[in-house]
Amino acid sequence: MLNADFFRRWMTVTAVSVDREAERLTELDSPIGDADHGSNLQRGFTAVTAALEKEAPDTPGAVLALAGRQLISTVGGASGPLYGTLLRRTGKALGDAPEVTGEQLTDALRTGVDAVMALGGAAPGDKTMIDALVPAVDALAESFAAAKSAAEEGAVATTPLQARKGRASYLGERSIGHQDPGATSSALLIAALVEAAGE
Amino acid sequence: MRMLINVAETVVADALRGMAAAHPELTVDVDNRVIVRRDAPVAGRVGLVSGGGSGHEPLHGGFVGPGMLSAACPGEVFTSPVPDQMVRAAAAVDSGAGVLFIVKNYTGDVLNFDMAAELAEDEGIRVAKVLVDDDVAVTDSLYTAGRRGTGATLFVEKIAGAAAEEGAPLEAVEALARQVNENSRSFGVALSACTTPAKGSPTFDLPTGELELGVGIHGEPGRERRAMMTSHEIADFAVHAVLDDLAPRNPVLLLVNGMGGTPLLELYGFSAEVQRVLVERGVPVARTLVGNYVTSLDMAGASVTLCQVDEELLRLWDAPVKTPGLRWGV
Repeated sequence: MLNADFFRRWMTVTAVSVDREAERLTELDSPIGDADHGSNLQRGFTAVTAALEKEAPDTPGAVLALAGRQLISTVGGASGPLYGTLLRRTGKALGDAPEVTGEQLTDALRTGVDAVMALGGAAPGDKTMIDALVPAVDALAESFAAAKSAAEEGAVATTPLQARKGRASYLGERSIGHQDPGATSSALLIAALVEAAGE
Repeated sequence: MRMLINVAETVVADALRGMAAAHPELTVDVDNRVIVRRDAPVAGRVGLVSGGGSGHEPLHGGFVGPGMLSAACPGEVFTSPVPDQMVRAAAAVDSGAGVLFIVKNYTGDVLNFDMAAELAEDEGIRVAKVLVDDDVAVTDSLYTAGRRGTGATLFVEKIAGAAAEEGAPLEAVEALARQVNENSRSFGVALSACTTPAKGSPTFDLPTGELELGVGIHGEPGRERRAMMTSHEIADFAVHAVLDDLAPRNPVLLLVNGMGGTPLLELYGFSAEVQRVLVERGVPVARTLVGNYVTSLDMAGASVTLCQVDEELLRLWDAPVKTPGLRWGV
C-alpha cells in the first residue's frame, strides 16, 4: 500500500532530479524551444517541496492536488498548466483514502494523463510529454521499474519525430533529430517513483 | 554575451522595480508581477489585460496606460505568466464593464489565460478573450500549435484600447480586437540568435553570413536558413510572404519592428525598402511605425506587420495614447 509519505517522497525525489538535470533540460530546450524548461520546472518543484513541508497534507490525493496547484501557480508557460493538471487530476482520482494500491495509482495516473491530452490536445507521436507518460502508465501495472524504463525509452523515441504541438512545432521538419525536453522531464517524474518506493 | 544584470533569477523583478520608479503613473506590484494603470478601474470602461513572457519589452508592460492596456502580467523570460497574475490584474481593472484578455497564440499563454478566465468568472468578473495569431511563417496550422502572435499584438492592444477608452462595451471591444487580428499579418527574420539570462549563451548557433527566415519572438530558429541577404532582398521576401496571405483592399498600418539588437539606423533603412515593395505591389500605407516594440531580447533582426484598416480602425489608431512605450495625441 502507498501512503501520503510515499507520495511526498515521490515529489521531493522529483524535485531533486529536476535540480540535478535542470541544465540538461534547458540544453534540450535550446534547439527546439526557448531554453528554459529546466529553470521553469526547478522553480515549480521548489515551490512544491516548500508547500508540502508547510501544509503537510495527509492523504495521497491531497499531496498530489497541492503539488499540482503549486505548479500551476509558479511555473507558467505550457509546462505549468500541463504538469499541474497531471498531478491535480491524478490526486483527485485518488480521492481521500489514506492509502492506495499500486493498481489505484495506475488508474489515477491514467486519468491524469488523459486530462493532459485533453488540455494540450497532444496525442502519442506528437513529440511531447505524452510520449513518455502513456507508455509509462501502460507499464506501471507491471512495476515502477518497468514504468521508469518505458518512460525513458519513450523520451528517447521522440528524437526522430517531428513536433506537432507546442513551440517546437513551429520548426516543422527542423524539430526532427532532437529529444523532446517535456518527454525527458516526464521520464524524471516517473523514474522518481522507483526511488520513492526504495526499490 | 555580457548582460547588464545582477543574477539571472531576478531580471524580471529588477526590471519591474525600475518600471515602478520610472513610471509613477503606473501601479507596479513587483511581488505579484502585475502592472496596472494608476487610475484603474476606470468607471464604466472595459478593462484590457494582456501579458506574456518577459523579454519582449516594451510589450506588454510598456503599453499600459490611457488609450491602451489597463494592466499587463509579465511572466518569466519567454514563459507565460501564471493564472494568479491574470486574475489579480482582472480584479484590479474591472469596473463592472468586463475585461478583455488579449492573448498571443502560444500554448502556454492560451492555457494559462483559459484557466485565469475561469477563475475570474468564478469571482463574478465578465471576461472575453481574443487570440492574436498573425505570423505567416507558420504555414501548417494543422500540424503545429497554429500561427504565432507577434507584431499584430501592438495593433490589437492600441485599437481595442482606444475603443475601451471611449466607453465601447465589452462585446464591441472584443469584436474590434478580433477584426484587427484578422486583418493583420507578420513575417520576421533573425540575423543573430538571442541570449536568455537563464542560459547565458545564444539559443541557437547562427554563423556569420547566414540569416534565419520566418522566426518568432522566442529565440527559436525560423523555418529556413539562407546565406545573408541585403535589406532590399529581405524586404522583398518578408513583404511578399505577408501579401501571399493578406490581399489588402484598403490602406494598411505598417509596423517595421526591431527584434531588440538591430539599430534604428538599419531599421529605418529597412523600412524604406519595405515601403518600396509596398508601392510596387500597389498597397497604400496609411501610417508607419518604426522601432523596437515586440522584441526578442538582444536578437538582431526585424519583422514586418501589416494591418488593413478602414476609416474607423484608422481613427482609433490615431486616438490619443499615453503609455511608456507608445505615446501621442496627449
